[in-house]
Amino acid sequence: MDLSRRQFVGTGLVAAAAFFGLPSIVSAATLEEAIAAFTGGAEAGSDGITLIAPEIAENGNTVPIEVDAPGAEAIMVLAAGNPNPDVCTFNFGPLAGRQGCATRIRLAGEQDVIAIARMPDGTFKQARQNVRVTIGGCGG
Amino acid sequence: MADNVTPRVRVPRDASAGDSVSVRTLISHPMESGQRRDGDGNLIPRSIINRFTCDFNGQNVIDVTLEPAISTNPYFQFDATVPESGTFQFTWYDDDGSVYEETAEITVT
Repeated sequence: MDLSRRQFVGTGLVAAAAFFGLPSIVSAATLEEAIAAFTGGAEAGSDGITLIAPEIAENGNTVPIEVDAPGAEAIMVLAAGNPNPDVCTFNFGPLAGRQGCATRIRLAGEQDVIAIARMPDGTFKQARQNVRVTIGGCGG
Repeated sequence: MADNVTPRVRVPRDASAGDSVSVRTLISHPMESGQRRDGDGNLIPRSIINRFTCDFNGQNVIDVTLEPAISTNPYFQFDATVPESGTFQFTWYDDDGSVYEETAEITVT
């Protein structure tokens, strides 16, 4: 292949941008972007979804949470104050006994935990709960 | 690389047809978030389980996408409907490409 110096530098820059630039954009997704990616910008109602999280969590490394949204096809959980707000997404199959799940998450400090459910008819439901954390669960 | 990854699941031994049963799963895994630094100040690379699925007789029960904010030793508790006797198939997908599998039988009367 016969690359001129200018072409060579150009392709090198593009490759470097693709390698270093894009991953950082993806990981730096803000809370609003994460919500928009899930809801497509649709407004979320507040009925029909429960988020159970402790008001005070002693250890931010394992905070037990539980979400329930009867009839939902997917629930996304977000932590507003974490370096990366994504926590997890539950997708429910035809044999799910209820549209809910309990797990344990990491929280960096006092912040809101947010759950958004996507219903089969394309609407969204959102629940939010503030959690105070005594010992943060990131870095350290 | 994650060492000593052991999946554990708890499913009732029997149930009535169409019942909703409670399923609990735990897998020992460090879930390195990619945010922590080692003693020399270098970032420890991310190494987590990024997906967990549970199927019953080939039909999906739950499919979870995990992010680094899930705690060490990921734990999930959920309900599954069991129309007939069969096998639960649990699968965890690691960042490094490893797949961990576990099964559990249930008898429906």
